[in-house]
Amino acid sequence: MSTELPVLKANDFASDQDVRWCPGCGDYSILAQMKKMLPDLGLPLEQIVFVSGIGCSSRFPYYMNTYGMHSIHGRAPAVATGLRVARPDLKVFVITGDGDALSIGGNHFIHLLRRNVDVTLVLFNNRIYGLTKGQYSPTSPEGQITKSTPMGAVDHPLNPIRVALAAEATFIARSVDSQVQHLASTLYRAAMHRGTSVVEVYQNCNVFNDGAWDYAKEKAVRADNTLELENGKPLIFGKDRDKGIRLNGFKPEVVDLSSGISQDDLLFHDEKADPIYVQILAGMRYPDFPEPIGVFRDVENDVFEDQVRGQMATATEKKGVGDLNALFNSGDTWVVPETSAAR
Amino acid sequence: MSQDATQVKSAKQVEVVSGITVRLAGDSGDGMQLLGTQLTNTSALLGNDVATFPDFPAEIRAPRGTRAGVSGFQVQFASHEVHTPGDTLDALIAMNPAALITNYEDLTPGGLLIVDEDSFADKDLRLANLQTDPLEEPWIENYRLVKIPITKLTRTAVADLGLSVKESDRCRNFFAMGLVYWLYGRSMDATQRFIKAKFAKLPMVQEANERALQAGWAFGETTELLGQSYQVESATLPPGKYRNIMGNQALAWGLMAAAKLSSKELFYGSYPITPASDILHELCKYKNFGVCTFQAEDEIAAICGAIGAAFGGAMAVTTSSGPGIALKGEAMGLAVMIELPMVIIDVQRGGPSTGLPTKTEQADLLQVLFGRNGEAPLPVIAASSPGDCFDTAIEAWRLAAALMTPVVVLSDGYIANGAEPWAIPDINNIEPIVIEHPSEGSTGDTFLPYARDENLARPWAIPGTKGLMHRVGGLEKQDGTGNVSYDAQNHQRMVNIRAQKVANAARMIPQQEVMGPEKGELLVLSWGGTKGACLTAVSRAQKQGRSVAHCHLRHLNPFPSNLGEILGNYDQVLIPELNSGQLRMLIRARFLVDAQGYNKVQGKPFGVGELLEKIESLTSAGKAGSLSRAAG
Ligand code: SF4
Repeated sequence: MSTELPVLKANDFASDQDVRWCPGCGDYSILAQMKKMLPDLGLPLEQIVFVSGIGCSSRFPYYMNTYGMHSIHGRAPAVATGLRVARPDLKVFVITGDGDALSIGGNHFIHLLRRNVDVTLVLFNNRIYGLTKGQYSPTSPEGQITKSTPMGAVDHPLNPIRVALAAEATFIARSVDSQVQHLASTLYRAAMHRGTSVVEVYQNCNVFNDGAWDYAKEKAVRADNTLELENGKPLIFGKDRDKGIRLNGFKPEVVDLSSGISQDDLLFHDEKADPIYVQILAGMRYPDFPEPIGVFRDVENDVFEDQVRGQMATATEKKGVGDLNALFNSGDTWVVPETSAAR
Repeated sequence: MSQDATQVKSAKQVEVVSGITVRLAGDSGDGMQLLGTQLTNTSALLGNDVATFPDFPAEIRAPRGTRAGVSGFQVQFASHEVHTPGDTLDALIAMNPAALITNYEDLTPGGLLIVDEDSFADKDLRLANLQTDPLEEPWIENYRLVKIPITKLTRTAVADLGLSVKESDRCRNFFAMGLVYWLYGRSMDATQRFIKAKFAKLPMVQEANERALQAGWAFGETTELLGQSYQVESATLPPGKYRNIMGNQALAWGLMAAAKLSSKELFYGSYPITPASDILHELCKYKNFGVCTFQAEDEIAAICGAIGAAFGGAMAVTTSSGPGIALKGEAMGLAVMIELPMVIIDVQRGGPSTGLPTKTEQADLLQVLFGRNGEAPLPVIAASSPGDCFDTAIEAWRLAAALMTPVVVLSDGYIANGAEPWAIPDINNIEPIVIEHPSEGSTGDTFLPYARDENLARPWAIPGTKGLMHRVGGLEKQDGTGNVSYDAQNHQRMVNIRAQKVANAARMIPQQEVMGPEKGELLVLSWGGTKGACLTAVSRAQKQGRSVAHCHLRHLNPFPSNLGEILGNYDQVLIPELNSGQLRMLIRARFLVDAQGYNKVQGKPFGVGELLEKIESLTSAGKAGSLSRAAG
């Protein structure tokens, strides 16, 4: 475009609607960081579309002064796919939650990823159904007591990163609602990725599942319980950065750096590494391990809508722009002359 | 290409008849559907009017030789207009005992019965679950049985080509084809061309099939078993250029035409399902026509993809059959709520649940009208024949775009797989579909995404348009702004607006027409794929001088505005449907008319005879000679 874009500010992305999440909800922070990050993309408001499903997080599009659709439960990835294929000029975000993406919409989630549609999907993981007032979700830990599991959840939870990896996602990241800098920069990197980017955000539902992520959020403990991934750097964590992750066979283990183990013995983070490595990272769960945050994987692959539209272009190049009259008149035809009708 | 150049002439006696109904029946692996299609094409090229009824099992390869594996293809070709594939058969070609036993009852007494006598060995009888040879049964005397060693003759015809027995036997269908072509004075040209093209990469198979075809024809000419052949003259169709078209193909072409007429790209989201999949197969061939096909992970994703594309400004379409429409229900409600235009096609099949995948039925009418939560009305229109699918698809998009609403098109398995001659239209002679997207300022100072035009349609503002950013969603909308609103009065108002908007479609659709007298003893009211049978039955009753008229509905929601008036003009109303009375329920509720039903759910289209009988039972005979004039 030749016309210069006006420089947008975070506030330009706010719609005129009152935000209606519970006071103290982690969603506010994600909304704020999104608005703060968006101007960096250098896109005008009208080029951006937020698509969501159903759940607390899915109200998100209403609060953005962009185009948006609050669709139906679990189906935002499918809506976004159709939109991107029809309109590859648009920047499309999918806002979803643990129930929306991994339970009712599990099918669409994995198919979005394996197709590698160019959308940025933000998965607000609060390990609970908030909007329906407190039932357990597919990421609730086993044994969790909720309204629908008075004796504790018996389902084995899903690990969103592992699901994303299994579906061949090309960009996988994790962040935490209250780590605002980290969240904003992670969202930015996700948005800049070509192909599907998935960002799992640990989000606190202070009404129905308060404190679910305290181990990763609280200042006093988070440095010991999370590990910030940096490409090309060794996996080091801890308040004093004195602990690292080493590989023992296929198993990761926590090692004490003060006990003579050098950094070179540690695992080095590589966003382009084999999926087996991402699998190992994803398997590191509290309390046995620090949970990695940051970009797990950032690789390139063909983008679905490029391929789809590429085939349309190739067909047009080879056969020319389709002519309906020629098509209708192709194959076996016959003429009923004027005279025969008069018989 | 016009008329075929080389008519093959028989030296034997030729009897001219006005129409023939023939059914080819064999194992589903015997290529009966291919034969039927070839006979249809060839007959249409000769200028006959044609109607077809393919009937095949749901299993791709049902056990060979069993009754479950029988596949049939019925064709009626005539020198007059035909609207149905025919009730009873003039000839039946049965390739094995199972095909004979499951089909002979439809053969007219005295009708021609051709069997492959090589396929009636003990093991064949056992596979067909027969204790005795049907060719020895007394009832066989009712037909003109002609036993031909089709298998042996085919093997002989291809003997020196070095094919295996199995490969040779695969050519049996073309031998039968040649015989049928001889019998009815059909040219072999089109089928020879077909064989050349289809087996271009397999010269041996090509040669074998050609030989089998020739051998079949030559056998007819020389055998003493068949004394004469038949000839069916060209039909008096309206002048013009024709081709054959099948229902699903016509839907696909109609959708492409609608996209072109509205200068839109066609986004087509779909998940494979019988009997709708051929629309997907057809459309994915035409990427250079701006057709974008998306085979989704499921039915829900197929429609949701379409909704996303519609939001983006494309002409969005999804198609399915009953079970898939059930899955799409929630998303259809979303499309109603966010008021985006799209076309949703339901090619109906026998239900409930998986039901009868390959058989026809009309039992989804109430599902598409009401199968959603809340008050979620949308226009519903139904195609009446294979060729009519083309016009129906265009009309559906015209309505959808004008009213910003999803529109449902009903087709059925019978229309989808049936074929008929189609007068080829000129795309330049079809009225364009004008769609305008607002731009900043074009709608006044403040943009209201739920503002209304004279038909109550809202503006279709698409992403990328500066200044018109807005959000849509499934929550109730505030009138005008489209913001979320839980206000009680607003909800009432919005429900009313959405209903009135769909009702306004009645302004855009033509007045209902009636075939026959304006007033009388009986009105036959039909919809969808039963048109041909109802029309033919009513025409015959009218020729008998009965006071009966035919009214065929294309618009099922809303109804044409003069329908109530029409219904009031007749003493009785008869509604034949391939369901248990769905339109009848609607008509009774809406117009308080004591309509009667003629209902059947047997996976088959109506026969003309049964409808005529019903009409005869409801009307007095031979009254009012002046009324017969109305037929036609
Ligand atoms: S219920 Fe929980 S997730 Fe939902 S808005 Fe309230 S705090 Fe946030």
